[in-house]
Amino acid sequence: MTQLSLTDTDTSAEAEPQPDERREAWAARLADSLGDGYAEHHIIGGSDLWVRVARDSWTDAATAARDLLGCQFFDWLSAIDWLPSPFGRDMDAQEDNPEPKAADPMEQGHAGGETRFQMVMRLYSITEHMGLTIKADLPDGDLSIDTLIGVYPGADWHEREAWEMFGIHFNNHPDLRNIYLPGEFEGNPLRKDFPLLARRVKPWPGIVDVELFPGEEDS
Amino acid sequence: MTAVGADQRQQLAYVATQAADARLNVEIETEGMTLNIGPQHPATHGTLRLVARLDGEQVVEAEPIMGYMHRGYEKLAEVRTYPQVTTLINRIDWLGSFANEVPFILAAEKLMEVEAPPRAQWIRTVLFELSRIANITLFLGDMAVQLGALTPVFMAFRDREFVLNQIEAATGGRFHPNFDRIGGLKDDLPKGWIDDTKQVMEKMRDFCDEFEELVLGNEIFEARTRGIGIVPADVGLSYGLSGANIRASGVDWDLRRDGHEALAYDQVDWKVWTHPDGDSFARYWVRLQETREATHIVDQLLDGLPSGPIMAKVPRIIKVPAGEAYAATENPLGEMGYYVVSKGDLVPFRVKIRSASFSNISITPWLLKGVYVPDIITILASLYFILGDIDR
Repeated sequence: MTQLSLTDTDTSAEAEPQPDERREAWAARLADSLGDGYAEHHIIGGSDLWVRVARDSWTDAATAARDLLGCQFFDWLSAIDWLPSPFGRDMDAQEDNPEPKAADPMEQGHAGGETRFQMVMRLYSITEHMGLTIKADLPDGDLSIDTLIGVYPGADWHEREAWEMFGIHFNNHPDLRNIYLPGEFEGNPLRKDFPLLARRVKPWPGIVDVELFPGEEDS
Repeated sequence: MTAVGADQRQQLAYVATQAADARLNVEIETEGMTLNIGPQHPATHGTLRLVARLDGEQVVEAEPIMGYMHRGYEKLAEVRTYPQVTTLINRIDWLGSFANEVPFILAAEKLMEVEAPPRAQWIRTVLFELSRIANITLFLGDMAVQLGALTPVFMAFRDREFVLNQIEAATGGRFHPNFDRIGGLKDDLPKGWIDDTKQVMEKMRDFCDEFEELVLGNEIFEARTRGIGIVPADVGLSYGLSGANIRASGVDWDLRRDGHEALAYDQVDWKVWTHPDGDSFARYWVRLQETREATHIVDQLLDGLPSGPIMAKVPRIIKVPAGEAYAATENPLGEMGYYVVSKGDLVPFRVKIRSASFSNISITPWLLKGVYVPDIITILASLYFILGDIDR
């Protein structure tokens, strides 16, 4: 056992450049294998790798990650709705489907994107101890993407969840039906324009604007 | 009354054996039957409903049906400020609550580029392991009770209480500590806590030794778990099985050792336990060894606890800079991670919760095919899930 003193800890963040090279290499190999289907990537030093691929290359990307990069472990799959919440912070909306506020532009996160809905999956290599996040844009008019069940059977339930929560259709999924919500539920709760109905019934006082101390500056 | 001659008797005996053979060889045809287990059933510990189509005693197809306890934390997190989210996520895996908070706080710290001071990291790790011990202790008793042995569960509840007392003494909450803060911890440890905890760890080691004899050494337990529910490593990985479930299939992977999160695991000397068999027995065995290992981790951490502050400098009103981060830790049930998307506001823009049980239990339709009805219980118990961790 090594004793840790206060001075020891600061060295822990030093050996970072090397994993970066490994992440660059991963991105390059994926780009090679996917060709035109590869959009862009984003690396945070020693921390994480994001890759964005075309919708048609979604399953190819998963296969390549599994076979070329050794990402045997299927971590999770979900989606992000980049629409700025039309209800604002308090969610106490009085109307059902307000138009998004024009003042809030839609901004996608790491590795960019163009559309409102983005698929996200996370894969991990248990030998390299490194993970990557793969994203794909879904065009607004056609929220559908190929299923990953053929590559990772564990994607089944995650896709059912994304289907009911975001309304994204998974082509060739054998059993696309609700996993959490009751069968007759209408709407896709995790979409940003889906109101949090509990707040309609009773406004929640949990979000309070903290008053600043005298002399304190807002960060 | 007619006497039966010797050759006649022989003939009758021959006919009788033929008939008996025929009975054995005939495939007994039964109509398919649907067995509904749950949502409220002692064997499912939580509202997990299982619909199994049976052929005689064999499962043709089994399907877990969940959602009875879905609370929509991913949606709720979008309207809570960052410090308020920990209150929600305490209730995901309710047996090891503190462990739920850590990955979320780590993800937020990544986005803020804040690192907790060493003392906070060490105490976090201690409480993390205490949560693991409290959680797995109950599993060790619970699996035995599902196989028909009542005593171990009482012993587990009794001894878990010592650990919960320590968690309560440090955090103020037995089940929902809500103790982790962005940049550190709410409070320092109370006086005398370290010695008390070491004594409790001593007790927990005795508990593990006792269970090793009482449960693992039990013939009936072995007969009911050996070779039942075998998960090959590659199948397990493709289903996203993590934690002790995948280590019981021989995969030497533990995020405590292999992850890069800011916790103090790399400062102590410990071992990752694996088992090559991949059956229910192996999963129990690995968890038991891990509990004992966790007591050693806690002891070492408490011995080397650095002094210093427990909070880094963070603003009182926490606004997390825009960005995305994923942080995952090795929770009692397996990998738990949070994918946090921030837009630079007081509230997260999107939180994706990767909970271990959801992925662990997603293998059941594959795993339960062809098993016998009593083995359903063994397999579900050994995969070990918490309903709150599935339904979120």
